[in-house]
Amino acid sequence: MSSQEISEEGLPAEQDTAHGAVKVADDPFADPGLPAHRPRIQDIDERAAKRSERTVALMFTLSMLATIGFIASYVIFPVDKIVFIWPFGHVSALNFSLGLTLGLALFLIGAGAVHWARTLMSDVEVADDRHPIEATPEVKAKVLADFADGARESAIGRRKLIRNTMFGALALVPLSGVVLLRDLGPLPEKKLRNTLWAKGKQLVNMNTMEPLRPEDVVVGSLTFAMPEGLEEDAHDFQNQIAKAALMIVRIEPDDIKDKQSREWAHEGIVAFSKICTHVGCPISLYEQQTHHVLCPCHQSTFDLSDGARVIFGPAGHPLPQLRIGVNSEGNLEALGDFAEPVGPAFWERG
Amino acid sequence: MKKLSARRRHPLAAVVVLLLALAATGGLYAAFAPAGKAQADDTAQSLAIDEGKKLYSVGCASCHGSGGQGTTDGPSLVGVGSAAVDFQVGTGRMPAQQPGAQVPKKKVIYNQAQIDQLAAYVASLGAGPITPKQSQVDPSGADVAKGGDLFRTNCAQCHNFTGKGGALTDGKYAPDLEGVSPKHIYEAMQTGPQSMPSFPDSTMPEQEKKDIIAYIKTVNGDDSASPGGLSLGGLGPVSEGLFGWIFGLGGLIAIAVWVAAHTAKAKKS
Repeated sequence: MSSQEISEEGLPAEQDTAHGAVKVADDPFADPGLPAHRPRIQDIDERAAKRSERTVALMFTLSMLATIGFIASYVIFPVDKIVFIWPFGHVSALNFSLGLTLGLALFLIGAGAVHWARTLMSDVEVADDRHPIEATPEVKAKVLADFADGARESAIGRRKLIRNTMFGALALVPLSGVVLLRDLGPLPEKKLRNTLWAKGKQLVNMNTMEPLRPEDVVVGSLTFAMPEGLEEDAHDFQNQIAKAALMIVRIEPDDIKDKQSREWAHEGIVAFSKICTHVGCPISLYEQQTHHVLCPCHQSTFDLSDGARVIFGPAGHPLPQLRIGVNSEGNLEALGDFAEPVGPAFWERG
Repeated sequence: MKKLSARRRHPLAAVVVLLLALAATGGLYAAFAPAGKAQADDTAQSLAIDEGKKLYSVGCASCHGSGGQGTTDGPSLVGVGSAAVDFQVGTGRMPAQQPGAQVPKKKVIYNQAQIDQLAAYVASLGAGPITPKQSQVDPSGADVAKGGDLFRTNCAQCHNFTGKGGALTDGKYAPDLEGVSPKHIYEAMQTGPQSMPSFPDSTMPEQEKKDIIAYIKTVNGDDSASPGGLSLGGLGPVSEGLFGWIFGLGGLIAIAVWVAAHTAKAKKS
């Protein structure tokens, strides 16, 4: 009750049309129209216009010369010629002249066009009114009548068998395009789960291409290894090393916190996959004092002394560890493939 | 002579002869004694160790302990070898100025003779990598292409593909390799200072280290060419992209503004 009274009070008193009427302008949003056109010097003085014409032509001519210069420098300069150019220092003569001439050629076309448009082309302001998009009623009526005629003549409403089979045919045709998507490469099958590592494969030092021996690997050192039998000039070398790349470090066995990691190591020599489990960057920014490995792409950090546990960053899994031992010749060897897929996760990884 | 022999019975003659004999003996001793001492090689070595121990007690013992055993402020120096001392002290990293994420390179405090004495003392604490000879680190005649291959496999992940350095975790970083002497690069690979892992001769032989030094000196030396002009620190797409967006696009916007701000009308308003 009372609230209604208050709201009644809060409202302004009813407008007295006779007393408080505001005089409304005839059109408060009248179009002020375009300002008066002001001419340019080139519009008044023919000599200035000629001068502008010459300037534009000069820029286009210089652009032509720069293009010729580009072709000439491509022919003249050998690819390994180094010259000193202030302030750039020792630069390749070829790169520098190609960049300079092509830059000038493009810039002068643009600058000439801008100068032409600003000084010589018509700059009279023009207003272009909008038009309704809708068709006229006569056209609309004609189209609808034509459509009704067509429907009646084709008898699509009466011969339902034809209509339904046509709909079926139209619905099935796109499937042919969907089936063609199957050609987007063979399925990866088991390739993501397996690497070249297998029981008995020796660890080959990627510097010397010799089998690694446990006594070669000292505490605090970093070594990269690849599986025995992989040749650098093999056609699938890149595909194979992208999965099999291995980093070898040695940690005092007592400092290895993870029990399984210590068992899979050989006297403190641990072998981890070099491929980050986030998006597969090669990682080996190893800090020997903390045993942390940092990925340069997204800063995922792994602790190699704790089974390569993720201690920072977006990676979802620890780096897979390769189980290693020593064979009868005293060389380091793998005791099998990685126990889990290396690199980034995928849908079916599990 | 006649005069001298005439005075041979002078009361002071005996004194003169004695003085001459003493002078001759002293002179002979002074002339021969140091030469005889220098011939004893191990004595010189132990002298260097003694001198090094004195320098160590003054400059290093507060952090590394009186016998190099290490304290909570500094690691043990037993077994780090003379190469580690030559690198750490020779690049000014040691003695450290203040604790922190990383001990940076700075002005060298000791001269080379003192560094050698310190190195001799630390090497005497336990066997470790030995300071390389000039012939071991000289990159002339090394295989630059092989060095590049090895650098990209072993070093580029931290030091960037031309040795410009890069960031690590918690404020640590891999330093720029420009201007680092071949000897110090060699020693760093051999000993693994601070966060850097070591690359001992057993996994990276001497010749490969030379190849790497030759590569670094070719791509990141004083007279290395930069074929594309301004290298912008050689840090890759981040600095190049930033430069392109700010100066390239900024320049285009500035030209557009300049064109629009200058009216072509005859009568300026």
